[in-house]
Formats: sequence, structure tokens, C-alpha cells
Amino acid sequence: MRRWLLPTLFLAILIGAWQLAASSGALADLLNLESFVVASPAEIAESLWQSRSLLAENAWVTLKEVLIGYGCAVLAGVSFATAMHLSETVRLTFQPLIIASQTIPIVVLAPILVIGFGFGIGPILVIIGLICFFPITVNTLDGLSSVDPETTKMMRTLDASRGQILRRVEIPTALPYFFSGAKIAVAIAVIGAVLGELAAPNSGLGALIFRDMNQLETARAFAAVAILSAMAISLYAILALAERRIVTWR
Amino acid sequence: MRQDTKMPAEIEEFAGPVASPSPTESDGAAVSIRGLGHSYGELTTIERLDLELPAHGVLGLVGPSGCGKSTLLELIAGLQEPSHGEVEVGDAVGAAGRLAHCAFMPQRDLLLPWLSAIDNAALALRNRGVRRGGARSQAEQLFERFGLAGFERAQPGDLSGGMRQRVAFLRTLIAGKPVLALDEPFASLDAITRGEMQQWLAGALDADPRTVVLVTHDIEEALYLCDSVVVLSARPARTTTRLSAPTPRASNRDEAVTDPAFVTVREHAMQALREGAR
Repeated sequence: MRRWLLPTLFLAILIGAWQLAASSGALADLLNLESFVVASPAEIAESLWQSRSLLAENAWVTLKEVLIGYGCAVLAGVSFATAMHLSETVRLTFQPLIIASQTIPIVVLAPILVIGFGFGIGPILVIIGLICFFPITVNTLDGLSSVDPETTKMMRTLDASRGQILRRVEIPTALPYFFSGAKIAVAIAVIGAVLGELAAPNSGLGALIFRDMNQLETARAFAAVAILSAMAISLYAILALAERRIVTWR
Repeated sequence: MRQDTKMPAEIEEFAGPVASPSPTESDGAAVSIRGLGHSYGELTTIERLDLELPAHGVLGLVGPSGCGKSTLLELIAGLQEPSHGEVEVGDAVGAAGRLAHCAFMPQRDLLLPWLSAIDNAALALRNRGVRRGGARSQAEQLFERFGLAGFERAQPGDLSGGMRQRVAFLRTLIAGKPVLALDEPFASLDAITRGEMQQWLAGALDADPRTVVLVTHDIEEALYLCDSVVVLSARPARTTTRLSAPTPRASNRDEAVTDPAFVTVREHAMQALREGAR
């Protein structure tokens, strides 16, 4: 109960204060802005309702991008981690490259990808994949190699093959680690989608925010932001639930 | 020999000894160590060690901490190759052959928390390709025989230390290997549970005799469970004394360890251990 009550209460206080500050014009004065640019929570809620079909349409586009990009990152991350775990050659070859891939500033990369992949879904998926791949791979690899060496010895004397040790011991050991990485990744996947959409603003909530900010439709931009964070929280919650159902021994 | 038969045959055979020891089981495998030496880089852990253990013999290895007892056990079990000398288990000299003949029980129970007690015990069968149902029904019979009935579906986290250790031992036993390598199996238990477990293990080995190499800190445990006990010196490990356990032993542990003959041998062992530690 307290787990839900406390953050909700805090958020309610914050929104209330925002509402007061915005409707009295104090916030606009403080930020030195015209008052019609400063959206109050009530205006955002109104815009959320009035533009519901437009927002839903774009949210669906963004959600699809997130799911496809994230799904590819999970597949690639888990495969890469397993390959690096099983083969030292693979690990030595790719470990520095994988770390290097994280030093690429995505904001700079995004326009280049758009030139390369065109204005479609391609560059957006690449960006999501690129930023999600890292936490999943690193955490899964950590998990696979965190097996107690004594357990491996014990399994060997119980006639386990390399594959059986992987399946019966290493993969279950790595599961909680994988989920930690996967939960971090899903939160940033949404950010990745928005970054991609800003570089190639066709459709999606990121593109909508980009257009609305240019046209000073601040309320609707904030409504889109609210949907984005709800999306990230829901995806995170789904993963946390899956973890609790699968990793029952913790 | 039993170890040379292909897997399916071995599994078939294993279904038998649960009820009555099969003829192949009673053959067992002897362990023979000749001129063994082992070192990690500069550090020599074992030096010129010779040991003979007949099939179905139960040998205790005691020695000061860090004298290479666990290494010796891993060498016997084929988890490592020695730097010098030869380890022969049954008819196998190479590490892979020894590994096929030995089941290893580590110090901690190392039960896999994602498997139930029975699935942990049946791991060796599953590794050999027995289906889950078949593996469980074979393990189930042993659960009953070894006082674990009713705990088949329990998760390892819900079992007491003694129970976990029993499941770990069954896991080693179910592997059906002629040689068991036990590395301080009861070291993590409290004194009372340890005594109970020793008595339980003695009973288990009576019912299902195997060749056993038992590494322990506890001389009393070694003399109670083993036919003979080798006292090793401090690193590098060498044999200082080999003692025979007093026979016949009372099956009740408390009676056995307070027997005057037992106490005398224990004193000898203690003295050998003190001298070897210097």
C-alpha cells in the first residue's frame, strides 16, 4: 500500500503546486515566458483528452518502434553474451568494440543514420538497438560467468556436458542479471525512440513533440511526454513482473 | 566392467541397485596413487604421495588446513591432471576416465536453487539423457530409503542444513559412480547435526557400498566413517601415518566414538597430525 501511496501522494502535491503556479501566472513570470506557452496540468489533461486519437496513433508508432528495436537488442545481446561466454576468442574480439559502441554520441549518430537508412523506421530501430544492446549484453555476460566454479566441477563429475552446464547452471544463474540489464534497457529504449524520431520526424510521439514545440503547442507536447513515461513505466513493470514469475528462487 | 558399458546400459543397471546391489556394483573400483606430485607454479602442494585403496574401501584423508587435501581429491576425481606421478581409478589413468568413475561432493551442498530437491538429486540422470519423469521416479525410491520422503518437491531454500546435505549426498550417489570423492561434506553443519549425518552416511554406505575418499578436518569423523585414515603433513602433503579404524564399530555413533579402542586410535591420529603440522 505504502509503495503506491507515497509516490502518488508526492506526485499529486507536485502537480497541485504546478497547477497553482501556472494558473496564477507565477510560473510564467519566473521563467520569463508568455503565459500561453506555460502549460498547466489541467491544460495538459485537456489536451490529452482532446487530441486522444492523434496521441494514440503516434503512441502506437513509438511503441512499435520500441518493441521491435528492444526485441532485436534482447536477441542480439543474449546471443552475443552467450557467444562471448563460450569462446574466449569471441570475447577478446568483441568486448572492446562493444564498450566503444557506447562512447558514440547517439545525438550525433542519429542524423548520420538517417542519411544512411532513410527517413523510415530503420534509423530509429538502429538507435534503440544500439543503446539497449549494451546493458543487456554486459549484465548477461556477468551473470553467465558468475557461476561458482565448485558448482561447475560438481556438474562435471555428474557427467554434464558443456551445453548441459550452460543450460542447467549458467543460464539460470544469469537470469536475474539479464533482467537487471533488460529493465535498464527498456527504460532507455523509449528515450532512444524519441531521439530517433527527432532526427527523422515522420510520426511517433517524439516527432509530435518536435512539431508541437515548434508551434508552441506546449500542452500537447507535455501530454506526449506523459504518455512516453507511462509507456516506459508500463514496460518496466511488465519486465519486473516477468522476472518475479520466472526467477522464483530469489 | 560397469564403467565401460554405454550410457543407456548404465542407467538400466542403476534402476536395479536401488532395491538390491547388482553384481557390477559390487565390483567397485580401486584407487591407486603412485609417486604423485602437484604444484601450482612455484607452490608445491603435494609431494611424492603413494596411496592404495581397495574397491569399496573407505579412506579418510586428514591433515592441517591448506595441505592440499582438496587438490588431492580433485586429482583423484579427474578434475585436474597431476604435475607428476599417476592416479589410477578402476582401470582409468587419464583425467576423463577418472572423471567417469568418480562423483564429487563439494564442501557446500551447492544445490541448484531453481530445482526442487528431487530434481537436484536426479541431476546426473538428467545429464545422461534420462527424461524428467524417469529420473524423478528413480530418485524417489532413494528419497524414501534415505529418510527424505515427503521432501521431494521442496525447494532447497526451504530445507535445513542437514537435509540439504542429504540431498547433496543422494545427488552424488545417484550418479552411480563406483568412487565417491567427498570434500568435508559435513563441515558446515552444527555439531549435533554433523553427528547425525555421520551416522546416516555410515548407514547409507552399508546399504550401497562404494569406494569412498573422504577429506575431513575431523579425525573422529574420519575414524568413525572410514576403514583406514591417512594423516597428511603440512604442505607439501606427504603421508605421515596410516591408521586402521578400530573394528568392529558400533553402528551407533555415540557408542562407537566413546569405545576405548576408538579413543586410543584417535589419540594416535591426533599425535600424528600434530607432528605432521610442524
